[in-house]
Amino acid sequence: MAKKIFKAGNTGGRIRSDCLMNLELTGSGGIKINLESKVKKLYGEDIINTSKEVCSFFDIKNASIDITDTGALPFVLTARLEACIKQAIKTDKEYLLPLIEENTYSTPKEQFRFSRLYLPGNTPSMMLNAGVHKPNGIILDLEDSVAPAKKAEAQLLVRNALRQVNFYGAERMVRINQFPGGLDDLKYIIPHNVNLILFPKCESAEQIHKLEEKINELKTKFNIKQPVFLMPIIESALGVEMAYEIASSSENVVALAIGLEDYTADLGARRTKEATESFYARTRLVNACKAAGIQAIDSVFSDVADEEGLRQNVKISKSLGFEGMGCIHPRQIKVIHEGYAPEEAEIEKAKKIVNAFIEASEKGLGVVSLGTKMIDPPVVKRAQKIIDLAVKLNMLPENWRKDFLNNKAI
Amino acid sequence: MEFVKNAIGKLVPTEINGEQVIPFKGVGKYKPEGKKHAPYIPSNVDFPLDGNKTVSSLKEALIKAGLKDGMTISTHHHFRNGDLIANQIFDIAKELSVKNLRWFPSASFPCHEHLIQYLEDGTIQRIEASMNGPLGKFCSEGKMKGTAVLRSHGGRYQAVQDGEVKIDIAVIGAACADPFGNANGLFGQSTSGLLGFALADSQYADKVIVVTDNMVPFPCIPWQIQGNYVDYTVKMNKIGIPEKIISGTTKITKSPDRLLLAEMTAKFCDVTGIIQEGFSFQTGAGGTSLAVSEYFANIMKKKGIKGRFARGGSNKYLVKMLEEGLIDYILDGQTFDLDGVRSMAENPNHVWTSPFTSYNYHSKGNFAGILDVVILGATEVDINFNANVVTHSDGYLLHGIGGWQNCLFSKTVILPLPLFRDRIPVVVDEVTTVCGPGELIDVIVTERGIAINPKRKDLIDKAKNSGLPLKTIRELKDEAEKICGKPTKPKLGDKVVAAIKWVDGTVIDVVRQVLE
Repeated sequence: MAKKIFKAGNTGGRIRSDCLMNLELTGSGGIKINLESKVKKLYGEDIINTSKEVCSFFDIKNASIDITDTGALPFVLTARLEACIKQAIKTDKEYLLPLIEENTYSTPKEQFRFSRLYLPGNTPSMMLNAGVHKPNGIILDLEDSVAPAKKAEAQLLVRNALRQVNFYGAERMVRINQFPGGLDDLKYIIPHNVNLILFPKCESAEQIHKLEEKINELKTKFNIKQPVFLMPIIESALGVEMAYEIASSSENVVALAIGLEDYTADLGARRTKEATESFYARTRLVNACKAAGIQAIDSVFSDVADEEGLRQNVKISKSLGFEGMGCIHPRQIKVIHEGYAPEEAEIEKAKKIVNAFIEASEKGLGVVSLGTKMIDPPVVKRAQKIIDLAVKLNMLPENWRKDFLNNKAI
Repeated sequence: MEFVKNAIGKLVPTEINGEQVIPFKGVGKYKPEGKKHAPYIPSNVDFPLDGNKTVSSLKEALIKAGLKDGMTISTHHHFRNGDLIANQIFDIAKELSVKNLRWFPSASFPCHEHLIQYLEDGTIQRIEASMNGPLGKFCSEGKMKGTAVLRSHGGRYQAVQDGEVKIDIAVIGAACADPFGNANGLFGQSTSGLLGFALADSQYADKVIVVTDNMVPFPCIPWQIQGNYVDYTVKMNKIGIPEKIISGTTKITKSPDRLLLAEMTAKFCDVTGIIQEGFSFQTGAGGTSLAVSEYFANIMKKKGIKGRFARGGSNKYLVKMLEEGLIDYILDGQTFDLDGVRSMAENPNHVWTSPFTSYNYHSKGNFAGILDVVILGATEVDINFNANVVTHSDGYLLHGIGGWQNCLFSKTVILPLPLFRDRIPVVVDEVTTVCGPGELIDVIVTERGIAINPKRKDLIDKAKNSGLPLKTIRELKDEAEKICGKPTKPKLGDKVVAAIKWVDGTVIDVVRQVLE
């Protein structure tokens, strides 16, 4: 009989911080490990012991394992071996490394979502330092960036990353697959303190309800109390038409994102830099989000090298009412944050308006005026939003009014 | 062999390759006395009156220079991985059945793997220089007959000047030379920019051979090497592979992690007031260092600040700063790309320097200490800020010291380093090999935090409210271990395979044999 070898992981070329595992179940001889590793002298023993422990956990007594390692951390190593084992035997067991304390935070509904960094779900090297670039959110992607044959091993890697990789406060997001695969993804992420799920190619409220039903089932099963927010991605003409229904389908839907690659393909139009072909979709989506009281998030800007292009893109995006954008490279984060943050002049004007409002309220005046100009309530509301944003972004101290009044007195 | 504990707590032998050595005594503590070494006295009656010192081949030159067993042969790394000379020298030595040579290059490169056969058969007894790649592996595994000695660029000059290393034959490859021996690295197919690493050798070696593939009629102008020191000149077809000598253009890293390190480093220099009118800096040509100079340039432009000079292997980014008027001068130790070569040939504010001016221990001062800030790399740094540049954490030799040790005398020394590389922590309890004492290293910038040497209270005060993530070096070490796990110590043998010299010629540490 031909030997059956089960594989998981990656090696070769420029792959780092990963390993390729080949597992063969054998009839006798115990666990035999053949390790090739660039860190063998420093971690060889640790890699072998960890691998044996995983085998023992799954009651594998005899196996031959070939490991080609390029510096995989334990969360990668164990995910790869578990992926091999789960091809070889049927088991519901999961080999879980501890959920590190740094990963137990939850995020508020109104969390800033200016930037969310996409990370391919089966590429560990990109996960390690993602958090140090300080995106608002990190998306471990199980959908388009993972090849169909690698979906199962990516589920385990993403699960382990959620438990072990410190993202330094970024909102912990996962983009699941479309149905039905996406429903299966959930059990690998819901029990591991995911903050938000991105649901691709969403076209109806019903899909959201189905998704939530499964999430709630898992939350109950694993006694998860922290919220799991949803960010449906609108990527089709039908999705755009259904935007408001989707935006208001659940209190856990905190934002809608638009995915313009698929949307323009659906339209049969070419995606251009000027983006006139998607103007309707983008404004429609923004409107739906505002009507539902949630955030509108723009599509990624795919030319990583074009920083100026990105800057212009963010400017337009902000002017349409979007409050964030996806990134595919850490260098885009800063540009995006700067772009969506309020400008200096905006803040100065907002201070005057909010101050005038407070003074008018203190005097019991129903009408707010600044100099000779009357100020309508929506203008005050917008100014207050800018002030809140500036304070949250540390662009303005919380007690900004003290300085403001002092300066005014001078 | 007797071992003693040196001033930094490392056990080092008192004898290497049969010669007494002095254990490291502390920074600035060792001063040899007496006179400098001098080569024999030549008389010009022994040289052709018409100035034509050309001989027909490298072999003839080596024979005329008296190549014999046990000699010290020096070469230089101006041609980097495109060097075609060193291998030929030892091919000739082998052909002539000469044994037990000491090769004393200013650095070795992977292209010198060819020489392993001569280390094995006894043509070469040992290499005294940096070793990486296959040579590093060969040496680390204890296969070299003698013990390697690694020195900084300044330390090499020191060793030549105080007679620690007596060069019998120096072979200097030059892109352009005349029959008299005047030479430069500026013109021809094997352009390398400067020839500064060969300066000491030209002055102190007993015999000096200049080889070129671009022989021009006298005079070769400018003469970076003076023909008056040269015994023989040789015209060869090809002395280097141009694309491996210097890159057409150096490029800033695209790695977001390295860019982040560079950005944090530049920001640190900004908030601590290091970047100020008239300041000076040195960065290397690694991806991160190049990016640091680019971030420096942006800050300087924004603030309207002009620097006095930059030092370092020149490259298009430094040249751009010079041409945009952001710095008055580039003091060039070596040249990394064609923009650097061009600028050096045409811009008088692009100044040649050598290890003598910049780094030498036996000169009356040098430039290193005048620099306000220097940005360097390292393979490891420990909780006492001691750093390693020569060995990998598994014990293998992988880099030379270069000018690294010499640069530590700059006013502020910053090492931007990833906290770990491929699971291997960079901030550790104790470095595998001490190359630089922690007292000279001021700041470690990692993507997960910046550690300032507690000795630099001034920097701590200036940086504390900057919003930069300040951590202690111990916190960084703990964080690295938490992510990677604590590595086991590699198994090393007792045999000393290499000695690491400090800038003054004392032994700061040794490298021991890596066991399979």
